[in-house]
Amino acid sequence: MQYVLLYHETAEERAKGHDPEAAGAYWGGWMAYMGAMSQAGVMQGGNGLDGPETATTLRIENGTRHVVDGPFADTKEAFGGYAVIEVPDLDTALEWAARAPCAVAGSVEIRPVMPPPPVG
Amino acid sequence: MERARRPPPAPPSAAAEQAARASYGRLLALVSARTRDIAAAEDALAEAFAAALAQWGEQGVPANPEGWLLTVARRAAGHQSARAATASRVGDVLALLAEEREDVSASPFGDERLALLFVCAHPAIDPDAQAPLMLQTVLGLDAARIAAAFLVSGATMGQRLVRAKRKIRDAGIAFVVPDVEEAPQRLAAVLSAIYAAYGTAWDDTLGADARLAGLRGEALFLARLTAELMPEQAEAMGLLSLICHCEARQPARRGADGAFVPLHAQDPQMWSRELVLEAEGALRRAAELGAPGRFQTEAAIQSLHAHQRMTGERFTAPLARLYDVLAGFAPTTGVMVARAVAHAENGAWAAALGQLRAMEGTASYQPWWAALARVSWLAGDAQGAADAAARAAGLSADPAIRAFLLGGGYRLQAGG
Repeated sequence: MQYVLLYHETAEERAKGHDPEAAGAYWGGWMAYMGAMSQAGVMQGGNGLDGPETATTLRIENGTRHVVDGPFADTKEAFGGYAVIEVPDLDTALEWAARAPCAVAGSVEIRPVMPPPPVG
Repeated sequence: MERARRPPPAPPSAAAEQAARASYGRLLALVSARTRDIAAAEDALAEAFAAALAQWGEQGVPANPEGWLLTVARRAAGHQSARAATASRVGDVLALLAEEREDVSASPFGDERLALLFVCAHPAIDPDAQAPLMLQTVLGLDAARIAAAFLVSGATMGQRLVRAKRKIRDAGIAFVVPDVEEAPQRLAAVLSAIYAAYGTAWDDTLGADARLAGLRGEALFLARLTAELMPEQAEAMGLLSLICHCEARQPARRGADGAFVPLHAQDPQMWSRELVLEAEGALRRAAELGAPGRFQTEAAIQSLHAHQRMTGERFTAPLARLYDVLAGFAPTTGVMVARAVAHAENGAWAAALGQLRAMEGTASYQPWWAALARVSWLAGDAQGAADAAARAAGLSADPAIRAFLLGGGYRLQAGG
């Protein structure tokens, strides 16, 4: 089954990526984690995203575009990236989610990829 | 005096939670020993906890919260069986209610939990369900956590537990410690469950989960109890020794900054002296019984590790031999990985690499990669060690261990 792991981080955790003292351990942890997933052959794709301060949100109401500076919702934990994985079941997906560095400094949401809609 | 100072009274919900954490298994064992129906006892206990939350808030926390819970749970269990009983069984229910008045501490086994452990280890119970059932009933672990420990889904584990409880009730399995002839076989299942419970808690190196810290204490308690009640069983002594050795090191496993400290870097001064002595005593008694086994071998390995650290002497050759013995008793993936490292530490790193590479199904098995890192390092292959350590770090869910693997001795020097 395909699952998407949605990685959320606290602001403090995310700041480590730019802190000269902590950046080595921070990026080392993510590189090791992503490396282990691709070498185990479960990784189908994924990306890390720039910080929530770079986000722009758009919605259309009554034909008018509303463009707002910032993410859709300002929360304690910000969405920071995702991975698409192919594993036999939810338990295996949870195992990979638990290994994400942000699992202890944020959270990981696990969502099954929706099967294609029936044709006809 | 430290003892004389009483803590401020806890709020009712906290008191109920405290009682649940501390005595769930004991209470369940006492209630189900009467009803012989674990599921019914669980329901009765749940009713008692619900009543506690409602009544303790209004009337205050009773002086003996556990006694209060036991009385209410037994009454609830009595009501349940009275509802279920046919006319011919009314006598049983009356007898059961009369038994309620008996003194709790008068049990011939010292602790009903041991009887409950043996019920769970009855040969009529599906072997796959025995250890999980003990963890749930005696230690109060929830099905999801047990499922994680045994690498199956929560739904599968839930069904397995329900089936096992139904079997105990319908087959009328007696809640007693078995006879001497029958005991050894069932003892093996009991010991495996205690070992599994301790292992689950031990993996939490950060000690972040308070419930798991409690689980370590419960497992140690059960190991002591089993050894005390079956002093002629060498493996019961061996398991007690093993758990004491591991528990003695608990205070030394984290540095002042919270970082993971591996055994070879721990300060033996921080180990619990009492627990090391208890471990060594149990191992000596086990050896006198002349019946070697898996847990005694593991305890002997931990004993040698302790001596190595305390005296500075190296025992790499006997350790490698002991791991060969252990592989004979329990050729599990974990043991085979540890054995390869022991041989590498003893200088036979080429053989160790061969042993590791011969294993299958280890692509996502973290200990295998950690072992490959150590063996490669000992073999002088710094690049191979760094690569394997990074892979092991990526497979670890424990930030302390991840930091150790990435920042520890395996990191390549700049430009190296």
